[in-house]
Amino acid sequence: MIQLSHIYKSFGDREVLKDINTVFENGRVNLIIGQSGSGKTVLMKNIVGLLTPTSGRIMYDDRDFVAMTKKEKIMLRREMGMIFQSAALFDSLSVLDNVMFPLDMFSDMSYEDRVRRAKLCLSRVNLQGAERKYPGEISGGMQKRVAIARAIVLQPKYLFCDEPNSGLDPKTSIVIDELISGITHEDNITTIVNTHDMNSVMGIGEHITFICEGRAEWTGSKDEIMDADNKKLNDFIFASDILRQAKQLHDQKRKG
Amino acid sequence: MLTIKKGLIHLGRYSMLMGRVLTQPDRMRMFWKSYVNEMFQLGYNSIVIVLIISFFIGAVICLQIKLNIQSPWMPKMVVGYTTREIMLLEFSSSIMCLILAGKVGSNIASEIGTMRITQQIDALDIMGVNSANYLILPKIMGLMTIMPILVTFSVASGIAGAYATSFSGMTTIDELNEGFRYSFNQWYFWCGIIKAIVYAFIITSVSSYMGYSVEGGSVEVGKNSTNAVVSSSILVLFSDIFLTTILT
Repeated sequence: MIQLSHIYKSFGDREVLKDINTVFENGRVNLIIGQSGSGKTVLMKNIVGLLTPTSGRIMYDDRDFVAMTKKEKIMLRREMGMIFQSAALFDSLSVLDNVMFPLDMFSDMSYEDRVRRAKLCLSRVNLQGAERKYPGEISGGMQKRVAIARAIVLQPKYLFCDEPNSGLDPKTSIVIDELISGITHEDNITTIVNTHDMNSVMGIGEHITFICEGRAEWTGSKDEIMDADNKKLNDFIFASDILRQAKQLHDQKRKG
Repeated sequence: MLTIKKGLIHLGRYSMLMGRVLTQPDRMRMFWKSYVNEMFQLGYNSIVIVLIISFFIGAVICLQIKLNIQSPWMPKMVVGYTTREIMLLEFSSSIMCLILAGKVGSNIASEIGTMRITQQIDALDIMGVNSANYLILPKIMGLMTIMPILVTFSVASGIAGAYATSFSGMTTIDELNEGFRYSFNQWYFWCGIIKAIVYAFIITSVSSYMGYSVEGGSVEVGKNSTNAVVSSSILVLFSDIFLTTILT
């Protein structure tokens, strides 16, 4: 579980995050949604420690991340896995070496065991046979799947995904969403996904935090989102004609 | 005033980065792997250009001295003697390192800068890897290790270039031999090696700093690569004056 209490973040005079309070439960896919520039990426960077909040507490299962020493943070980071918007694979390493990298750095497993573990993770994301390829030789969707395999290879307790469907077609996006959701439930991981993809929201959003202008405006699940009466949330979620019509149909159905 | 402030900010950031770089690697196995790889990438891949440039510069220095300095009043061995001293004291260490600052410096800055903008460095940090140490230390150690070999090759190639001028008939092997052997001070060779090792540190650390501190996109990577070459070249020239004063 990750708990955020009164998180503020400023860059000079500009306050980007304002009093964010929320809890991300384990074994669930937690979504942070919001329009571009709302502060969701800054929030994610604060949670993983790439930025430090101006004030507030970030608790990882009762461990205060903000108050930790550099060494303690490094140790905690070994319990994290992250999938970046750009996949962030190491260009100079093959697919197999990318997935093996965390094992090479932090495990005392033998070479054969490391290869076995990396291949197992690659098979979980349906990438058997791509081990020898380099990131530049595979598609964007495959790169994301390699990034997922690399993120889970050390069996993390916390998984962070920064816009994992960015730049992918809808079909591939669903595959990525299903993989993230499946891994979260099978391994009982606390997963936080930063997205503005409505398919992801409706597909895997078990716990959704809507950020608007640096504030957590609304919290709920995908089932509750259709009935939410928060104007800012509705303006964001139902911005497209299709979703607006779906909302109208839903409202009509509810009224009987 | 603003330039001084900017310079001090860079100096502070550079020092902080070096503080992170010059620590014990997280995993020695990975360090040795990268170290050998960097020696190959930065050093081995520069051998051909070092040999070619040194050969022709050695030949040209020899010819210029023959054409412009030598007169009936000068001993014939002056050509070989002067060529040797120039190659040992300045060309094979300082000038060769300036050339390598262009090749190696831009390579390092653009590689690390691209890793920065594509979030590969963030990925390392999130994993709990000391990204500065993992990426930069093998480059510094690799070039510092291979640089004395490059300097030795450069001197040898320059001398070979000077010998090659004998085929033109303007010099003879005997007079060159005499000049090369005349009043040889072995310390000058070691001066060149020491200078080259210091320059290797400057080139790799400054270029890595420039790459590591990229913010933005590909335009900034390009700008920082250019800055890496300019900054490390200027620092090499400044330290040349300092090192020449204390070493000779």
